[in-house]
This record gives sequence, C-alpha cells and structure tokens, in this order.
Amino acid sequence: MRISLQKRSRQPWWFGSLVVLTGVLVALVFVGLLFMWVGVNPWQAYLEILRGAFGSADNFSEVLVRATPILLCGLAVGLAGRMLIWNIGAEGQLVLGAMAGSAVGLFASPHLPGILVLPAMLLAAFAGGGLWGLVPGLLKARLKVNEIITSLMLNYVAILWLEHLYFGPWRDPAGRGFPGTALFPKVACLPRFWGTRIHLGFFVALAAMVVIWFLLSRTRWGFEIRAVGAGPEAARYAGIPINRHIIWVMLISGGLAGLAGIGEAAGIHLRLQQGLAAGNGYVGIIAAWLARLHPFWIGVIALLLGALAVGGDQLQIVTQVPSAISLVLEGAILFCVLAAQVIKDYRLVLKRGPRP
Amino acid sequence: MSSAPAHLPPAVLMQGVVKRFPGVQANDGVDLRVLKGEIHTLLGENGAGKTTLMKILAGFYQPDAGDIQINGRRVVLASPKEAFAQGIGMIHQHFQLVGNLTVSENIILGLPGPFRLDRAQLETRVQALAETYGFDIDVRARIWELSVGEQQRVEILRMLFRNVEVLIMDEPTAVLAPQEIERLFGIMRRLKEEDKSVIFITHKLEEVLEISDYITVLRRGKVMSTVRPDKLRQDRLVSTELARMMVGREVILEVGKQPQEARGELLRLVRLSVRGDRGEVAVKDMSFQLAAGEIFAVLGVAGNGQRELVEALAGLRPVQGGQAFLMGRPLAEDRAALAYVPEDRLHRGSIPAMTLAENMALTRRREYTAGPLLNHRRILDDTRRLIEAFHVMAPGPETLARQLSGGNLQKLILAREFARQPALLIAEQPTRGLDIGATEEVWQALLRQRRQGGVLLVSGDLKEVLSLADRVLVIFRGQAMDIIDLNRDQNLDRIGPLMAGLKIGT
Repeated sequence: MRISLQKRSRQPWWFGSLVVLTGVLVALVFVGLLFMWVGVNPWQAYLEILRGAFGSADNFSEVLVRATPILLCGLAVGLAGRMLIWNIGAEGQLVLGAMAGSAVGLFASPHLPGILVLPAMLLAAFAGGGLWGLVPGLLKARLKVNEIITSLMLNYVAILWLEHLYFGPWRDPAGRGFPGTALFPKVACLPRFWGTRIHLGFFVALAAMVVIWFLLSRTRWGFEIRAVGAGPEAARYAGIPINRHIIWVMLISGGLAGLAGIGEAAGIHLRLQQGLAAGNGYVGIIAAWLARLHPFWIGVIALLLGALAVGGDQLQIVTQVPSAISLVLEGAILFCVLAAQVIKDYRLVLKRGPRP
Repeated sequence: MSSAPAHLPPAVLMQGVVKRFPGVQANDGVDLRVLKGEIHTLLGENGAGKTTLMKILAGFYQPDAGDIQINGRRVVLASPKEAFAQGIGMIHQHFQLVGNLTVSENIILGLPGPFRLDRAQLETRVQALAETYGFDIDVRARIWELSVGEQQRVEILRMLFRNVEVLIMDEPTAVLAPQEIERLFGIMRRLKEEDKSVIFITHKLEEVLEISDYITVLRRGKVMSTVRPDKLRQDRLVSTELARMMVGREVILEVGKQPQEARGELLRLVRLSVRGDRGEVAVKDMSFQLAAGEIFAVLGVAGNGQRELVEALAGLRPVQGGQAFLMGRPLAEDRAALAYVPEDRLHRGSIPAMTLAENMALTRRREYTAGPLLNHRRILDDTRRLIEAFHVMAPGPETLARQLSGGNLQKLILAREFARQPALLIAEQPTRGLDIGATEEVWQALLRQRRQGGVLLVSGDLKEVLSLADRVLVIFRGQAMDIIDLNRDQNLDRIGPLMAGLKIGT
C-alpha cells in the first residue's frame, strides 16, 4: 500500500473553504485528545476557551488587545512576503520600535509640546523598527545576503540590547532593583478607550491594514511589489527596480513591527520591561501565511489568534491546564491548515500492490 | 507500416481518451496507435490537445475516460514514475532540469540508488552513454551554463538513461538551428533502429514529412486523420494540405513582404562585447547598424551568443566593452524606445500567476499611472481591446496568464510591446513552438512594426529569417561572420557554412 498525490482538476467553489475548515476541525480533535490525556473534558475546555475570548465585552476587548501586535507584525511579514522577502525579524524590529519610541517618551517628552509627544513617539517607533528592518534589506539588495538569516539573528541582538537598557542605563532608579524603566509620563502613554485596555495602537493597526491593502492593490508601487513576488524574472525584464523595492519594503515592514512595539510599551506595559518580546513577531509569521499574505485576512487571523491566546488564559484559570496549550492549539491549526491547502490542490490516492 | 512484425501488439494504444479542464475539453475521445520502432508525429494548432494527450500518456494527467494499452497490456499510468516503469518518458517544451546541478546529477535525479553518490562512476556511465549517441556534452557542466540546444540533449540523455521504449518529445526542434535539427533527427533514427518508438510534436511541416512514419492530426481535442507521409510526399501541395488539416482553413505561407526603403540609422553597435554566465566572452567586438524600416535578423545555432547579445541590449546583462546607440544616443541612458519580446514568454515575458490585465501593465505601467495610483479600469479596457485586435483566445482580461496556450500568450506579449509604439522591437525566437496560424499572425505583426520602426529578429529558424528579414547577420561563437542583404543577394548557400563558422571567400 502506498500513497500518491494527484492534482485535482475540477473543484466546486466551496471546496477550498470546506477543506480548510476540516483542517481546523482535525486540529481541534487532535488537541481535544490532548485534553483528555491530561484529564480535562475537551468540550468543557473548548467552551472555556470560547467563553474566555467571547464571553463578555470585557473579555473580547482583551482579544482585540492581543490581536493588535499580531496584526501589525502579520502585516510586516505579509508585505515583505508579497515580494518573496522572508522577514523573520519582526520580533527584533518590534523591540527596536519600542526602544526608539520609549526613548522619546521617557527622555524627550518634557521638552516637547504635549500634543506632539505621541506623534513623535509613533514616528520614532516606526523609524526604529524600520531601520532595524533596513539592515537585512540593504544587505540583501546590495550584497545578496540571505535575509532570513540576518533578520532572524538581529532579533537576538535587539532583545539583548533592550535587556541591557532596562537592566543598565535606563533602569528606574526608584524601582528598587526591578528590571525596567520608570513608568512613562502621562503624556507619553497611548490613550485607552471605553475603560478597557484597548489603546490607540489598535486603531493604528487597523489603519495600517487598510493602508497596506491600498498600497498593494491600487498603487503602481504595490503592483510592482506583487509582480516581483509573482514573477521575479519578468519583473527584472520589465525594468522594475527590484533592489530599491527590497529596501523600501523592509523599511516599511520593520516600521510596522516597530509600531507594534510602541503599542505594547506605551499602551500596555507603560514602561520597557521584561516580557516585551513575547513572540508576537513570530506569531505574525503564522498570521501572514495562514492569511496567504492578504492584508484583510491577516486582520481576521490576528483576531482569531488573539482569541486563542485570551481563551487559553481563561482555560488555565478554570482547569489549571497551562495556558501554553493555546500555543499547542495554534501550532496544530497552522499545521493542519497548511496540510489542508495541499489537499485542496491535490488528491491523496491510496494504492495497493507492490511498487513498480 | 513500420518494420515491426504485424503480429506484435502496438507499443502504445490509446482509445477514446477524454480529458476536461475547467472550461476546456482538451481531449475528446482520442485514439492513438504507435508501433514499435515507429516515429509518430502529432500535428495540430496550439490548444488542439496534443500536449494534454501526451501528458496523459506520460502519467502527468489522469484521463477522465478512455483506455491505454502498452504492448497489448492495459495499464493505469497514475504518475510519471509509473509511466517510466512502462518505458514511457516525455521531454517537455519547458525543460525539467535543475539549473544548479550538473548534467550527470540531473540525469540520475529521481532514480533510486545507493545512499552514497559515486560521482566518478556516474560521470563515466553518462559520458559513455552520451558518446554512444554522438552527443558532445560536458557531463560536469552545470545546466545553467548550457544553451537551450545542449539542455535538450541532456533531457534526451536522461530518458535514454532510464531505458525508455517510448520517447515523447514536445516541440523538440523549435529551439534548434538546422544543423542541430539534423543531429536530433539522427538520434531519432537511431532510436528507431533500436526498435524504440518516438512520438514527436511539431508545427514544422517539412520536418514532419522528413522524419515521420505516421502522422496524426488533432484539432480541438479530436483526431482529424491519421496519414502516412510517403503518400503525401508525392503531392506538390503537401504543406498547404497538412496546414489546412491542422487549422481547418486555408493558410497562406507567403508573408507578402513589401519592398521598403530603409530610413536611417536606428541602432548602432560599436565593438560590443558581452560576457556569458560562466564569465566567458559570449559576444565579441560586435558591430552593426540597423535602420528604421528594416527587419534585421541575427541568425545562428543556439548558444552562439544570441541570448547574451539580446540581454545586453535589453539591459538585463552588463556590457563588457564597446557601446550601443539607439537613435544616436547611448542605449544605456534611455531604453524607452526599445521593446523586447523575449524567448522565454512564460517566465520572462509574462507572470503566469497574474491576470492578463496585470501582465498588460507589466511593461506599460507608467502609461497607466496617475500620481501614485494605477488606473485599473483603463488597464482592463485596454487589455480587452488588445485581446480582440490581436486575436488572443481568452475569456477576458481577468483570466490568469497561465491559462493561455503558448501561441495566445505570445500574441498577448506582442500586443503589449506593440502598444508601446517602440522605435525598435527586439523579437527573440518569436514563433518558437507556435502553430501556423499563430506564426503567421506574429509575422504580420513584425511586418507592421517594420513599417513603423525597426525590428531586430533573433531566430534559429532559417525559414522565418528568409521570409521576413531584409538583412541577416550570421553569428558564430559570439562573432559576426557576415551580413547578407537578402533584398539583393539571393545566394543563400553561404548561410549554412557561415552558421557553422566557415568563412568562404566572398
């Protein structure tokens, strides 16, 4: 008995969605078995995840809070992905954005008119992340260095640099040894809304989603980016300045991740401290690829991944199952959906008999 | 019939084969019978279903209905691997080689073998096989270093290495110069002597008559007829007859080129030198002038510097020495008046995963730009108009380019480059792999361009060059051998030797 893949020739319009949904279902069943193994009723577990994420307006607001950095990092990865650039460095760009924005918030805000503080912070965060993204971008465009390696390695550099700052020169002198900077002054905190932790960064992320969609689908620049991704040789033939685009895309990509960083620092933690680099840059990669690099779908996926994270926390509270189970679920879903996308295009055929 | 005894079952018997793709009936009840030791030709327009039928036989597609028998036994060919096991191998129009691997590595690719790769032994075996069939090839060379003709020989070698009994070749001669075609036919005849069968897809009628034992003509997924060329050979109107069978209408093979005054210099090359992929000198001290109002052909055996010359002119390859001027100005400074129709229309000329409209905007995106924005409606309208004007068979401007057949894609690319109204059009193997109908339309388009500006035609197809060109530059190993003015000099016997690098006193 053996298995072979055959390309599907005809399929009805709903077939793709059905297969992907089935993939999600398979992942849920798999993790359900895992729940049973640790002695938790899977129905109850999933119910708790749902309740945790959508049970109340308050819970749902946390979903949006969690989705915010995932969306921005997903857009960062997705934009680069559209021209076949693999930005694995959103995590580091997020950190650099947080650092640059925080520098403005902590040290420059007393010298600025109040109304300019937040714009200056956002701009600094965009620039900080962007410059961090520019490094692999320039190396790729000028020297053809593989951006996957450089962008990934710079994550560790960024995180260590951040630790150096809040353990060292930027540590709060009044913090009694707590590793972190002082709290941001009031003018440097992103405003929150409706008594929840939803902060300005959420709306920045939504705006970024629309802007990226518009750039990609309506402008000549976006068309050229897509052309490079879909047909690099044809793009070169058509005289598209590929190297210039690599540099700009990595700058913007890093900038988006940088905005995620200042959102977390000035919207949630209100200081630079441990826990800023919580893996959102990597979750962004998952979001971007599950969404097949489409900006609006990245928004939807970011929301679902946010819901999973919040639901996982609730699960831990109720059932004492570690909330890391939501990461397992995340991984299982990614795995199954990617597998489902193969099944969408190919048919598995089982065959009896010996190999020819 | 061929030499095989009549009582033997046919090597390949396909009966009632049906294959549908979304919106297309590619094969509609096709019967095909190929004997051992037979060279069987499939003829038909682009999109007639020849390639689909052969991909079914080679295990790439599964038929929706129909029967396949190999040597009298019914088989199911669910994958290329299983087809190989039955002794069937196919060489595609677009070669299936890994560019970064060597010739011998490509040849064993996908074959079972011991974990450790004994490179020296492998190379000896491949070399020996190559010599048996008279291939001149460096088994250690990497694929990307080879010319198209050389790559094709690697593909054939790969099939021979797998002991195929039925070799399918999809348009193998389209890329080859006359000498190379003769060599390929030599190989095909040798295969025949060894009782192997060859199924040969082509559009070139003379070739069909020269090499085939049997001809099957397909149109719109159906077999129109199966004929023997020896009967047709006596007929003086053989070409027209077969052409009519294929396209279903009378085709005039005369292009109707009007005499035309050359109008002054368009392109001037001064001792241009270009390096190839391996750093070797591919084009050496090339000088010529091309006037507006003429079709200037560069003719040579594949791999003699044509590709490098064109890429340098198009700005895709650095110039090593010398200069090129377009309308008196250095070409490097401004290429706006130059359009280029590349040989690789699938990956250089177009983006298969994008729509026809997006492909239309590829080289003309500046015309559609208002501020930073693209005017999508204008692109769509324009594409619709050009699809009609150039007879591109496509449902609409939102169709993906990958859904078009080779001929239609080529017409689309030509339409796009024409719309830019270039002073100079570079056309590289513009009719490679096209059927007669599409070839004629492409030729007419090139003649229209001749009226508006100039054409640099790079071709290995002698007949195409003689039909279209005003002057021919023959190149050999990157050097200009001679320029022949076809409007004055009718002594064409010189061309062959020149292509082979022989300069006889003129």
